[in-house]
Parts: sequence; C-alpha cells; structure tokens
Amino acid sequence: MNAMVMARKVSKSFGALKVLDGIDFTLPKGEVTCLIGRSGSGKSTFLRCVNHLEEINGGEIYVDGSLIGYRRQGNVLYPLSESEIARQRLGIGMVFQRFNLFSHMTAIQNVIEAPVQVLGMNRDEAIERGKKLMTQVGLSDKLDAYPRQLSGGQQQRVAIARALAMNPKLMLFDEPTSALDPELVGEVLEVMRGLAETGMTMLIVTHEMSFAREVADSVAFMDQGKIVEYAPAAEFFGDPKEERTKAFLSRILKNAGSERAAA
Amino acid sequence: MTPENAISVSGQSSIRGRMESEAASGEAIIIAPRRHPWRWIGGAVAVFLMWRIVNSMIYNENFGWDIVAEYLFSPVVLSGLGLTIWLTVVAMTLGIILGLVLAVMALSSNPMLRYPADVYLWLFRGTPVLVQLIFWYNLAALYPVIQFGLPFGDVLAEYSTNALITPYTAALLGLSLNEAAYMAEITRAGIASIDYGQEEAAKSLGMSRVKTLRRIILPQALRVIIPPTGNQVIGMLKMTSLVSVISLYDLLYSVQGVSARTFQVIPMLIVACAWYLLMTSILSIGQKYIEKLCARDAL
Repeated sequence: MNAMVMARKVSKSFGALKVLDGIDFTLPKGEVTCLIGRSGSGKSTFLRCVNHLEEINGGEIYVDGSLIGYRRQGNVLYPLSESEIARQRLGIGMVFQRFNLFSHMTAIQNVIEAPVQVLGMNRDEAIERGKKLMTQVGLSDKLDAYPRQLSGGQQQRVAIARALAMNPKLMLFDEPTSALDPELVGEVLEVMRGLAETGMTMLIVTHEMSFAREVADSVAFMDQGKIVEYAPAAEFFGDPKEERTKAFLSRILKNAGSERAAA
Repeated sequence: MTPENAISVSGQSSIRGRMESEAASGEAIIIAPRRHPWRWIGGAVAVFLMWRIVNSMIYNENFGWDIVAEYLFSPVVLSGLGLTIWLTVVAMTLGIILGLVLAVMALSSNPMLRYPADVYLWLFRGTPVLVQLIFWYNLAALYPVIQFGLPFGDVLAEYSTNALITPYTAALLGLSLNEAAYMAEITRAGIASIDYGQEEAAKSLGMSRVKTLRRIILPQALRVIIPPTGNQVIGMLKMTSLVSVISLYDLLYSVQGVSARTFQVIPMLIVACAWYLLMTSILSIGQKYIEKLCARDAL
C-alpha cells in the first residue's frame, strides 16, 4: 500500500456543530502535505483524528494500512482498547502548537521518556540516540535545560526531537509556529525543512504560506469541515481552481503584503 | 523616520537637559523615612499586657508549674505522645493513598468509578469525624460477625466484629477514611491543575494511562498537592485527640487519666498542649521549607 494516511468520508461533530463533513484524503508515503484554512475550518481537528486524540463519528482513517481506533467486522467498527490505540500511536509523532513539553523534565529527559518507558529501550542507548536528535534540531548544548529555561522556538525543537525519538513513520504538526514570537519561527521551520528532506512523511497544519509553497509537495485547503481543494503546491498557489481558495489566498497574501509594508 | 519618532527623541533630550541642570545646582535631595507613631504606641500597650499576663501565669498557683514539670516527661505522657504520633503517621499515610485512589476515580470518565467516589466524599465529608469514630467503635452492634467468603459460596473465614474492631482499628478507620475524603479533594484539584496538553503529549507518545499519571501528571501535580497536605498533617495531629472518646491512650487521654487520679486538670492539659505545640511547630517549619521547594520548582 502506497498511502501513509488514507481518510474516507470522515465526519466529526462537537454536539450540533459539524466540524468535519465527509473528508476524503490520501497522503502518499514520503510526501509533505500542508493543511491550510481559516481557524474553525476543521484542519486541526482532522489532524488530531489521525492519531485518535479525537474520536471520529463516521468514516474511517487508515495510517500505513491499519484502521485507526477501531476494528472492522463486516460493516461495523468496534472501538479498540486503550492499549491497542496506544500501540497504534507509536508510529505517529505529533508536535503541538503549545509544545507541551513535560515541564518537570529536562530536554533530554523529555526526549528519552517514551523510548525508555514505552519501548523499553535501554537508558544509555536512549540517551545516546537522544543526543543525536538534539544535535539534529540544533540544541546539543541544551540537554539539561528545563523547558522554562528555553525560548519558545527551542522548546518546539525539543518537542520535535521528542516525537522523532519514537522513530515514527508519520509526523503530525499542529500549527507548530503559531505560538512563537515572529523572530523564532524561522528556526523551527528550518528543522522541519531538514526533516522533510530526509523523506519523512509529514502532515502539517500551518499558516506559514511561504513555507507551504517551498517545502510541501501538496497543499489541502479546508473550509467548513470539507477539503475544498487539494493540489500539488505549485499548482495550488500558482493556479487555484476553486473560488473559495482564491478568496482565501488573496486575503492571506494581501495581509502578508501589508505586514511587510508596515515593517 | 516618522514624525512620531522625531517628537519622542526631542522629548527625551529635554528631560536629559533638566536632569543635568539639577545635578549642577549641587544640592543632594534626601528622602525622609516615613514615621510610624502608632506602631510605637501599640508596641508599648502590647508589652504592658504581655507583662501582666506572664506575671499572672507565673504567680497564679493554679497553673501548677511544678506539676507540669513533674509530668512533662513522665512515661505515661510519653507513651501517649508515641501513640498520637503513630496514629498521625499511619492515618495520614492511609488517607493519602486512599485519597489518591478516590481522586483518580472521581476524575475518571467511567461513571461506575465516578459516582461511588462522589458518594464517598458526600458521606465522609458530610458527617463529623467524631461520629464516625464512635460508629466504627460500635460496629459490632450493627454486624456482630464478619465473614469472608466466595459470593454465594462457602464461608472461608469468620470473625467476631469485637475481635476485629479493636479501639486501634476503629481509630485508624475513623481517622483515615475521613482524611481520605479531604485528601481526595486536594489531589483532585492538583491533578486538574495540570494542563491537558501534558496528557495529550503523553498519549501521542503511546504512553498508557497509568504511566501518564505516574510519570507525567502526578509529579507535576505534587507542587499543588503538597502545601495543603501539610495543613492536613497538622490538622490530623490535633484530630487524633478525638480518639480519647473510644478510650485509646493517646496524648490527651493519657493526661486525662493522670488528672482523673490527681485532680490536676489544668496542669495536665498544659502538659498536653506543650507537646501538641512542639509537634505542630516542627511540622510548620517543615511545611514552610517544603512549600519553598515547591514554589521554586513552579517557576
């Protein structure tokens, strides 16, 4: 099977509010896709459904061929147990908007926690690998720093290293730069760009249009719980087909333009 | 450069100019300390009152200081003190453990765990601990015999309730079950204070619920849980004096035993208070120290 993520008719409601409305989506292995759209369009919710942090109300999501969160028998989906879901999450790394580093642990402890506690990796071996990952994200000198001693950009890079420590086959990014001061955005995007170059499959919810244009293989635009347009990045930005996409892009680019003029 | 910038630059330079001219005049300006006449007056009144009170305590023979000195380190008082400390430590430990279990139950999404925890809190916080102590002590009146066995099957063991519920077990049951209800509330608040993002991050790394609680949530929640737990320990130390109603020889019941023979009620109460104060003072110092540690960690 060539798809890393495959979603079919995925729907999700919070009470009466329909957040996801029949999402069909395929992310091939080794590709980078950016999910863009206004806040409230459902893009973060969809991302969170991929590793079952949110339960879906309809449809199905497969990651690397296995059905997430459920076992299928005929036409009925039976919920998996907590431990089975935990096992499915092992292959899926996630990076959060607010970093969510474990605040009582140093950077390196954050990175080795899950490999040691969940995978049962030898502690020395985990530290060895953790140091390599911290070097990869450019923080080899911050191993023993607590999260509160790090800048937002540094915390987010530790969070990326922590997710990579589990050797995931898929990385989910939920607005990884939205909580950062503008001057710290670049260092995080740099790490993500490097990760994309290693061939990691990545699904990224972002507002960084220039990053999406440069790094993503394809871009999906979401609006009102639906994927409105899903196209290769060059085509998406160069020649959008849908009216709503055009309106969104022109608004975003106009804002970015006026910000640049102000600066 | 925009016009606004130009204005603010000129404003700064004019301030600098004024400061230079004042410094040049050569006279240093001194700020006088604020005067507090009422503190001196209040202090004088307090010293006078203290002198009168201490005086009366020393010269009023009814205080019986010689008897206080005689019994302060007597074996009967020290053994009562030992039991008070033992009850405090054991009841508190049991209370903390059961409180943690109740807190986790109360926060569970499973209603079959949540509702029993709620009922427990309702029952044990809603009745006086003194009543609970007397109740456990008299359990035999309710269930004369306690049996252990398989459901609908053979009885494996059978005990007379009076043999099982000694004053010691009644005291421990009463104190620790009551304490558990309060510790559950403290622990629940501590766990709830941790950002949900921590749990989500642990989940996304494939950690199980138990591991997430033990490795991620609880260590951080301790900062919130420990300071009020210090208050509970101090409260427990004093609450143990209630076991005197089920005739257990704690510190209070021991000194009461002495005064029942010697009719020296006040001196013996002073003996007890001296020991209670000493222990709560030690606990308070420890509590301040631990709170400082927690606050530093919380930065």
